[in-house]
Amino acid sequence: MSGYHSRRIGTRVVAALFGLLLTLSTGPAPADESPSSTGAAANADMNFRLQTEVSPTHHRTQSDTTADHSKFKALQGPFTSGPEVTQACLTCHTEAGHQFMKTTHWTWEYTNPKTGQKLGKHNLINNFCTNARGNEGMCAQCHAGYGWKDETFDFKNQNNIDCLACHDRSGTYYKLPPSNGNKACAVMFEGQKPINWAKVAQSVGRPGRENCGSCHFYGGGGDGVKHGDLDSSLIHANESLDVHMNEKGLNFACTMCHVSHQHQVSGSRYNIDAKDSIGTGKPGIRREASTCESCHGMAPHPKLSIVGNKLNDHVSKIACQTCHIPAMARGGVATKIDWDWRTSGAVDKNGLGYKVDGYKQGNGEERDIYKSIKGTFKYGENLTPHYAWFNGTMNYLTIDTKFDHAKQPIAINALSGSAGDQDSRIWPFKRMHTIQPYDKGNNTLVYMHLWGNSADDKEAYWGNYNMGNAIAAGMKQFNKPYSGEFGFIQTYSYWPITHMVAPKEDALACHDCHAKNGRLKELTGFYMPGRDGGSTWLDRLGLALIALTLLGIAAHTAIRLWSRNEGDHK
Amino acid sequence: MTTRILMVYKRFERLWHWSQVALILTLLFSGFAVRGIHHLMDFRTAVVVHTTAALALLVIWAFATFWLFTTGDYRHYLPTREGMIAVFRYYTLGIFMGEEHPYHKVFWRKHNPLQAMAYLSLKVILFPAIWITGLAYLTYGFWYGGTVASSPLGWLSDIHVAAAYAILTFVIAHVYLLTTGHSFIAHVKPMITGYDEVDLTPAEEAYLAETRIVPMK
Repeated sequence: MSGYHSRRIGTRVVAALFGLLLTLSTGPAPADESPSSTGAAANADMNFRLQTEVSPTHHRTQSDTTADHSKFKALQGPFTSGPEVTQACLTCHTEAGHQFMKTTHWTWEYTNPKTGQKLGKHNLINNFCTNARGNEGMCAQCHAGYGWKDETFDFKNQNNIDCLACHDRSGTYYKLPPSNGNKACAVMFEGQKPINWAKVAQSVGRPGRENCGSCHFYGGGGDGVKHGDLDSSLIHANESLDVHMNEKGLNFACTMCHVSHQHQVSGSRYNIDAKDSIGTGKPGIRREASTCESCHGMAPHPKLSIVGNKLNDHVSKIACQTCHIPAMARGGVATKIDWDWRTSGAVDKNGLGYKVDGYKQGNGEERDIYKSIKGTFKYGENLTPHYAWFNGTMNYLTIDTKFDHAKQPIAINALSGSAGDQDSRIWPFKRMHTIQPYDKGNNTLVYMHLWGNSADDKEAYWGNYNMGNAIAAGMKQFNKPYSGEFGFIQTYSYWPITHMVAPKEDALACHDCHAKNGRLKELTGFYMPGRDGGSTWLDRLGLALIALTLLGIAAHTAIRLWSRNEGDHK
Repeated sequence: MTTRILMVYKRFERLWHWSQVALILTLLFSGFAVRGIHHLMDFRTAVVVHTTAALALLVIWAFATFWLFTTGDYRHYLPTREGMIAVFRYYTLGIFMGEEHPYHKVFWRKHNPLQAMAYLSLKVILFPAIWITGLAYLTYGFWYGGTVASSPLGWLSDIHVAAAYAILTFVIAHVYLLTTGHSFIAHVKPMITGYDEVDLTPAEEAYLAETRIVPMK
């Protein structure tokens, strides 16, 4: 979860920054627009951490509480800052702070119990904006805390927790990056309406989709960029987009499935339950599970039908998502599928970065296909996922991992699992392809110093556009070895697809996979009817037998006719 | 020895035969669609049709087996060498020389020896091979808990498909042989009306006339 989180945060922040930067520094038409009027909300690639829309009717957000927070004395204010509100929250929720500080939403760190790898945004490199680490001044816009812009942030002070990012239900709370960045970026954050702290403090409630989505929908630098199954279209989902989040139907909040216990939210991408073998469990059982099976059970299809029975047989080998999410990015918001950092850094004649629109997505919005700060992108919608055997474990390429440059594209999070692994099932993924910088001398990925915490930061890539300097600074800050020479390398990253569950009529049909050129044609090593039969040695032998029989009959008939004629002549 | 026309294929037998014809043809067609030999039927439809037809055929086979043993009619399928060579010689030689089919139905032996042998091997080799593998395949979810890489479905389906090819071969030969000997119609008609010519001993004739346990014209 922290992964999502931080990435999204990163993305969003980055997006916002980018947006800002772009807006600010846009070569083609910077003069026409004042930065404040550019309207961050109007551009899918530059969202602030804020959703002003609030749908109080989500399941789980409905007020069935016995307390009205607006009547609490502690919340009457006046407050002048976030930490003051947090302090007030903690006067009643005495344990919430300590509990929350153990979660990945706070630490951005996670140690995978199976691989022992240290994960989380605080460590990892991805193939979007690459690293949150060292760029917290921007990326920590999606950290559930106040003021993390560098290594000095105090993780022990519970007043630094941002309760409102997740719990504001007024739709008037927003978050800016912890630092303004390069002067080209800073203009993006000007002119925001001040937050009415007392109002937001009194409007707290359970998180709605827009709360979680304000970070998780914007991972990778903009709306829908990272995941392919998470974007702002889910805020007002209809049935065909997602049966569970359908606004006119079940209207689930994220927390319906992502149940939590003492603020630990279930369903982390860092440790996926790829094959739930418990199902719903016995009544009263405590389960921190967000699997489909935890509600739908282990045999969800009708048991009294031939097809239902066969489909239930599939459960042990095929993740529910594989059939029930037939395509990604179906809500009118595109997801990025390809990113090329090599082209980044171009500036206009004034030395400013710019962006180029070039992809009109389903909901009519334009997306940038080029940004000076990031490079060139490709987008996609209604995409067929990539399918792979997966047992829930991913092996990450960390900043310390040396790789073989010849084996491109390098998997940033290699999936583990196979047809011969009892714990694996076939899962759908979005596969992101990127050409990104790496250390040519050491064959490792690199930290880039993208975001400067001060207006005159000369190393930050965004604003200065010198990648060599940005890498050197990013590596030096964390004492990572850097050869001094960078190149570009192709990478893949894999994003499990699990949201945007389609109505059952839209689920994959049998023949989508059980066919010669079906969706699983690349997954070999096991027998699959409809795909693997028809042209084997056995079939050739069988058809030869039929042919010989027919030939024999023809010969027999011919001799009979011939001998009869002979007889007639006699 | 007299030749009389009597009921050789009783109503149940005819029903059994023709429903078997319909179901086996359906199974061959839908099975080859599942296998991927042709694409004239959607995979899901083929699976449903194949499974349904197979279960129906199994029910009919269960009834038929019960019927064969309770009525004693299983004796028609017991292998015998008597007359085998003559029939074999007829199909390979005599048929070309305008000879009569050497075999005449008798009361307890309504199939010629070659025919009986063919039906017996169908009943004890090909049919069990196909229904045992088919049922195992259909129900693997209940008894198999391993990985797909080491799953028995591959070789189960191989045996199943091999048996299917052999059965199709039988069907083709079976239909072709109806054109030999007497006319095609003369062969098919008994399986519709039930009546055919049978050589009876005087004792059999008298017994059947007396008891009327088998309709006789």
